[in-house]
Amino acid sequence: MLNAKIPAGPMEAKWADYKSHVKLVNPANKRKLEVIIVGTGLAGASAAAALAELGYKVKAFCFQDSARRAHSIAAQGGINAAKNYQNDGDSVFRLFYDTVKGGDYRAREGNVYRLAEVSASIIDQCVAQGVPFAREYGGLLSNRSFGGTQVQRTFYAAGQTGQQLLLGAYSALQRQVALGNVKLYSRHEMLDVVTVDGKARGIIARDLISGKLERHFGHAVLLCTGGYGNVFYLSTNAMGSNVTAAWKAHKRGAYFGNPCFTQIHPTCIPVSGDHQSKLTLMSESLRNDGRIWVPKKKDDNRKAVDIPEEERDYYLERRYPAFGNLVPRDVASRAAKERCDAGYGVGTSKMAVYLDYAEAIVRYGQIEASKKGLDHASEEEIIKWGKAVVAEKYGNLFDMYAKITGENPYEMPMRIYPAVHYTMGGLWVDYELMTTVPGLYALGEANFSDHGANRLGASALMQGLADGYFVIPYTVGNYLADEIHTKPIPLDHPAFVETEKAVQAQLDTLMNIKGEHSVDHFHKALGKIMWDKCGMARNEAGLKEAIVEIQALKAEFWKNVRIPGSQDEFNPELEKAGRVADFIELGELMCMDALQRRESCGGHFREESQEDGGEALRDDANFQFVAAWEYKGPSSFELHKEHLDFEIVKPTQRNYK
Amino acid sequence: MKLTLKIWRQQNTKDKGKFESYQVSDVSKDMSFLELFDVLNERLINEGKDPVAFDHDCREGICGACSMYINGRAHGPWDETTTCQLHMRAYNDGDTIVVEPWRAKAFPVIKDLTVDRSAFDRIIQAGGYISVNTGNAVDANAIPIDKFDADNAFAAAACIGCGACVAACKNSSAMLFTSAKVSQLALLPQGHPERKQRAMDMVAQMDKEGFGSCTNTGACEAECPKGISLTNIARLNREFIGAGLTSEG
Ligand SMILES: Cc1cc2nc3c(=O)[nH]c(=O)nc-3n(C[C@H](O)[C@H](O)[C@H](O)COP(=O)(O)OP(=O)(O)OC[C@H]3O[C@@H](n4cnc5c(N)ncnc54)[C@H](O)[C@@H]3O)c2cc1C
Ligand code: SF4
Ligand code: FES
Repeated sequence: MLNAKIPAGPMEAKWADYKSHVKLVNPANKRKLEVIIVGTGLAGASAAAALAELGYKVKAFCFQDSARRAHSIAAQGGINAAKNYQNDGDSVFRLFYDTVKGGDYRAREGNVYRLAEVSASIIDQCVAQGVPFAREYGGLLSNRSFGGTQVQRTFYAAGQTGQQLLLGAYSALQRQVALGNVKLYSRHEMLDVVTVDGKARGIIARDLISGKLERHFGHAVLLCTGGYGNVFYLSTNAMGSNVTAAWKAHKRGAYFGNPCFTQIHPTCIPVSGDHQSKLTLMSESLRNDGRIWVPKKKDDNRKAVDIPEEERDYYLERRYPAFGNLVPRDVASRAAKERCDAGYGVGTSKMAVYLDYAEAIVRYGQIEASKKGLDHASEEEIIKWGKAVVAEKYGNLFDMYAKITGENPYEMPMRIYPAVHYTMGGLWVDYELMTTVPGLYALGEANFSDHGANRLGASALMQGLADGYFVIPYTVGNYLADEIHTKPIPLDHPAFVETEKAVQAQLDTLMNIKGEHSVDHFHKALGKIMWDKCGMARNEAGLKEAIVEIQALKAEFWKNVRIPGSQDEFNPELEKAGRVADFIELGELMCMDALQRRESCGGHFREESQEDGGEALRDDANFQFVAAWEYKGPSSFELHKEHLDFEIVKPTQRNYK
Repeated sequence: MKLTLKIWRQQNTKDKGKFESYQVSDVSKDMSFLELFDVLNERLINEGKDPVAFDHDCREGICGACSMYINGRAHGPWDETTTCQLHMRAYNDGDTIVVEPWRAKAFPVIKDLTVDRSAFDRIIQAGGYISVNTGNAVDANAIPIDKFDADNAFAAAACIGCGACVAACKNSSAMLFTSAKVSQLALLPQGHPERKQRAMDMVAQMDKEGFGSCTNTGACEAECPKGISLTNIARLNREFIGAGLTSEG
C-alpha cells in the first residue's frame, strides 16, 4: 500500500510538528554518513550545499562540464514566495490555495502547504547569498505578478531569475567543495541505482571523458535530475535534459507518478524547419501586455499589418472575457491549437498565432504623452515613446525573438505557438521526498511533486529550492538516524558488481548494433508520435495507436541504431543513445497513463471528457488520485492509486470565463 | 546556401589535431549555428565517420556551454551573442567558415571543439561566494540595497562562465570572469565581510591555473556575449590593492 506519510493534525501545524519530532543525527555521526546527490540544478545544488553544511559527506554528480550549467540556469520569469511585501493580501494560505487550484486538484494538500510555508525563507536565503534580485528605488525587493494570480508575489532578476538562483546555490555548493565536504563529479552520468537488501546504497556512473564505469557508495541517494520534456524531442528544455536517472530508478522499484502530466507552454517561438533542435520560450510575462489573435478568414495570407481590426479574431478575449489573454497556460495552449487545427494559423507553417504589441505600444505612448503634458502629440511621437516603454519592459525578449526569427517584433506581431515545457509527473515520493525504494529520494522537477496536473508560473524554482534547502535536511536525517551503524558497503559487494555488469551489457549492446540510423532519427520519430498522440489533446484511439507505434520503434531502435566511435572515449552519441532508449520506454508508460486517465485535468486533455463549449471536464468521482506506476518488466506496468483528500481547498470546476 | 566549414579536429587531449574541410549544402538562413553542426554530424554519422564533438546544452544563450571560435572571433560575428544564438542569416552562399575551440593553456582540449573549463569552477571555489549557511538568513528586506548598486551587481552576475573572454585575450587572461564575480559580491553589503580575502584568493587561484595576466587590451569585453564591462576589472584591481595594503594590519 502506498503511504504518503502526511503528518496528522491541522494543515498549518503539520510541518512544524514533523520538524519537532523528527529523528536527529549527531554531528560526529553525520561525518560518517555519505549522501550521493545526482544533479546540480536548483534542487541538487541546494540539497548538496545544505547537507554538507550540516556535516554529511556529500558526493554530487552532473553530466555537464560544470555544476553551474544545469538546466535551471535557463529559467526566466521568477520565483514565487508568500512574503506579502506588497501588502496586497498575500499569505501562506493564499499561495497554498492558488497552487492546489492551479494544479487542478491533483496535488497533495499537505505537501503544497509546506511548500508555501517555506517559500519566504527561500528568498531570505538567496538574498543572503548575494542573489541580485530586482529592487525598487527605496532599496527594497521588487515583485511582479505572474501566471494569472491576483497578487504580486513573484521575485525576479530581469529575465534571468533561474540563472541568478542557480549561481547562488552553485556558490554555496562550491564553498562546500572548497571546505572538503562535497566531492563534485562533473561530466559524469549516473546510469543505475545500486540496491542492497532493498535499500538504495549507491550508483553506477560513467565518466563521460574516459568512458569508464565507476561505483559509488552512499547511505542515501538523492535524485535531482530534472524533468523529461525532451521525450517529445522538441521542447524548451536544454538538449541534455533526460529521464535516465529517474527511469533506471523506476526499473529498480521506484514508482513513477502521473507520467502523462505534461505542461505545454503557450508562448514559444514556432518551429521554423526540419533542422529545428529545440524551442525557445518567450516569457509568460508577455501576455500581460500583448494581445493574441488570428485572422477571421481561413488561410489568410495577407501580412498581419494589412489585416484590418474587424477581420481579426482575438480568440482568448472572445472565449474567456474575464481572464482574456491571461488564462492559465493549459487553457491558452489548447485554444491556440484549436485555431490552428481549424485552419486559421499564420506564418509559412500555419502553426502559429500572433502576439501583438501594437495596441500596448500606443497605450504606453499615450501615457508618456500625458506625463509630458502633451495633449496633441503626433501619432508618430506616441508610437516612438510607446516603443521605448515596451523596450524597457521586454527589450531582452524582443531582441531574442529578433535574433531567432530575423523579424522585428516592434513593427510586426510576433508569431508564437505552444511547446512542451515542464513535466509535472516524475518519481512518486512521500511527504519526506522518499521514493518507494528506501533511502532513494527525488527532489525538484524529477519528483511528481506539488504541481498536480498543471504548474503555475514561477513555482518550479520555488519547489526545487524548498526541497533542497528546507525539506530534505530534515527528512533525510529521519532516515539516516537509523543508518549510523551501517558501515560503507565495499565496492566489490555483489550488488555493485552485478549492477555494473548490467550497465556494461547495455553499453556493449548499444555499441554492437551498428545499424543504419542515428540516435536523433529515433528521437525525432518518438517525438512525433508523442506530440501527435500524447500532446496537447489525447484520445483513446490515438493513445492505443501510439503504444503500438512506440513498441515498434523500440524494436527498431535496438536493431538499427548507429553509434559512431567507441565506449572508452568522449562519445556524445553514445550518451544520447542511452537517454533515447529510456525516453522510448517512458513514452510508452506516458501513453498508458494518459489512456487510463479518462478525464481532463490541467495539462492533460482527453477529448472524450469536455464540456459542451470544449472546456476541460474533470471527473473527481473516478480520478481523484495520483497514478503511481510500478515497473513489472518490459512494457508491463502496474497501476497503484494514491487517493487524494481535500480537507481545505474543495475541488470545483475551474472557470476562467 | 552552400558553405565550406574548416573545423578543428582533435581526437583527445594528447592528439596534435588539425583542420578538416567539409562542404555543407542546403543550409537554411533560419538555422542556428549549432543546428548547422547537427546537420553536418547527422551526415558524418550516416557516412560512418566520427561526428564533431562540441559542448552545448540550453541553446538559448544562458548556460555558457557552447564555445566556438568562429572566423577569428569568440562566438562568431554577432555582438553580445553566444554561438547557439548565432543564426545562419549572418552568412552568405559560398562563405568559408573556420571553427576552432577556445585556445588557452588553462582550457585543454578534450575533443575537437570541446575544452575543459573546470579551472573556472576552481576560481569560484577559492572565494566566489558569501559564507552563509542555510537557515541563517535574516529577512530579505532587512538590508535595503541602493538600486544602482543592485543593478550593477546584477550586470556583473550575468556572466555565463563561457570563457570567451579568455579565448579572445592574447594573454589568455581570466580577469573579466574573475572580476565579474568579485564585483558582484563587493557591490552588495552581504559580500563586504569577506571582500579582501575573496579578491586575493580568487586572483591567486587564477594565476595558479595558468591564465595570463591582464594588459588592458579590452578584447574580452568586446567578445563577451553578456556585455560584462571592463569596469569590473578596474573594480577588482581596487579591491585587490586595497586588500594587499591592509592585509598585514
Ligand atoms: C526555458 C525555461 C524557463 C523556465 N522558467 C521558469 C520560471 O521562470 N520559474 C519557474 O519557477 N520555473 C521555470 N522553469 C522550470 C524550472 O526551471 C525547472 O523546473 C527547474 O529549474 C528544474 O530544476 P531541477 O533542479 O529539478 O533540475 P535541473 O536544473 O534540470 O537539473 C538537473 C541536474 O541533473 C543532472 N542530471 C540529470 N540526469 C543525470 C544523470 N543521469 N547523471 C548525472 N547527472 C544527471 C544534470 O546534470 C543537472 O545538473 C523554466 C523552465 C524552462 C525550460
Ligand atoms: S565574462 Fe563574459 S566572456 Fe567571460 S566567461 Fe563571463 S560571460 Fe563569458
Ligand atoms: S548552449 Fe547554452 S549558452 Fe549556448
